[in-house]
Amino acid sequence: MPRLPQTPSQTVGPYFAYGLTSQQYGYPFPSLNDGMMIDDSIEGERITIRGRVFDGLEESIPDAMIELWQADARGQYLQTGLGRQLLFGRQGTGSLESREFVFQTIKPGSSAGQAPVIHVSVFMRGQLSHSYTRIYFAEEVALNSRDEVLLSVPPERRSTLLVGRSVIHGMPVYHFDIHMQGEKETVFFDV
Amino acid sequence: MSHSSGRDWTVHPPFLYPDYKSTVYRAPSKPLIPLKHRLGELSGPVYGEEVVRLHDNDLTKNAAVNGEPLGQRIIVAGRVTDELGRPIPLTLIEIWQANAAGRYLHKTDQHPAPLDPNFFGGGRCLTDEEGYYKFYTIKPGAYPWGNHANAWRPNHIHFSLFGRNISNRLVTQMYFPGDPLLDFDPVFKSVPEAARHLLISRFNMDFTEEAFALGYEFNIVLRATPFE
Repeated sequence: MPRLPQTPSQTVGPYFAYGLTSQQYGYPFPSLNDGMMIDDSIEGERITIRGRVFDGLEESIPDAMIELWQADARGQYLQTGLGRQLLFGRQGTGSLESREFVFQTIKPGSSAGQAPVIHVSVFMRGQLSHSYTRIYFAEEVALNSRDEVLLSVPPERRSTLLVGRSVIHGMPVYHFDIHMQGEKETVFFDV
Repeated sequence: MSHSSGRDWTVHPPFLYPDYKSTVYRAPSKPLIPLKHRLGELSGPVYGEEVVRLHDNDLTKNAAVNGEPLGQRIIVAGRVTDELGRPIPLTLIEIWQANAAGRYLHKTDQHPAPLDPNFFGGGRCLTDEEGYYKFYTIKPGAYPWGNHANAWRPNHIHFSLFGRNISNRLVTQMYFPGDPLLDFDPVFKSVPEAARHLLISRFNMDFTEEAFALGYEFNIVLRATPFE
């Protein structure tokens, strides 16, 4: 059977806000996912992931959309096909004055011996095909040091994928800024 | 581990396409790092049928306040398959679009065309067991944008798809046959020429509902996914 050509990508544009992130932006259409990636059924350490997206002029981007996908605390990817999908989140960067995305989730466990990781998809006006990157936890020194994907990244660029832990009001918070270009350009993967 | 295929860069637009000005400071400048797909890339959000409510796929009804939205009523329907032609059931499809006058219900859309009190412009559905989907909506209008002098976006509907794993995630736009603005639109023309026709829906008389709505067919091909 001949392979069918893939349908080409196009930009998410600026107006995803009401279509894909309606509730976050205050539009009257319920969202299936937002920044809250867990409910009481999900075990594990509660963490916050927050950050901004910067363009090549080091300006923070107010119309990007970030999606996170991750394993649970035991390293299992949960695809239940029932109701709302947990451990998946979606946030636009335009609802807070700080232009931050904010996710509430748990710290993922190691899957198949790999370092704990959060998979990040990045969409925005001005991006015709979306980008993939990954969040690694700086405190996971041993697992990070033998993670095949992290080791495939040039050593001088690995720090763009690592997040450090801080505790704010008793809650672990990790900051993950995404730089589209420049000295600090985030590593993007051909997924 | 089975394989899913990579993005085919002979059909997808490049990150940097200077005619679309906002790509200039937003395109990654360094080469992408190759990544072999593991469990994380081979899984992704999957939704149950209960998340879709009555009229979520009918944009002519899902925001009606005191009447029907203005404009040409249309049906947009088709099938979601992978590159091998296998249907992808329970794909979440989300769409959003301008109203018939070319105005988005979005706080930053300042185009002085009228809003329609009976039209929101967003909807969603899941594909059925055979990969088929169907929306009822209004044909969106063209609208101006600031990319260059006298720039107009062709009529289009935005599509977002989750085909069960994050590596075949797709966000795209569907266009209409015969639209003269396509020749002038850098977003559309960012797609390599031989692949552009894949984004243009086909008028299909069989999808047209008599005395009710015109039918457009838009089939979508996602990257091959492993057998489950």
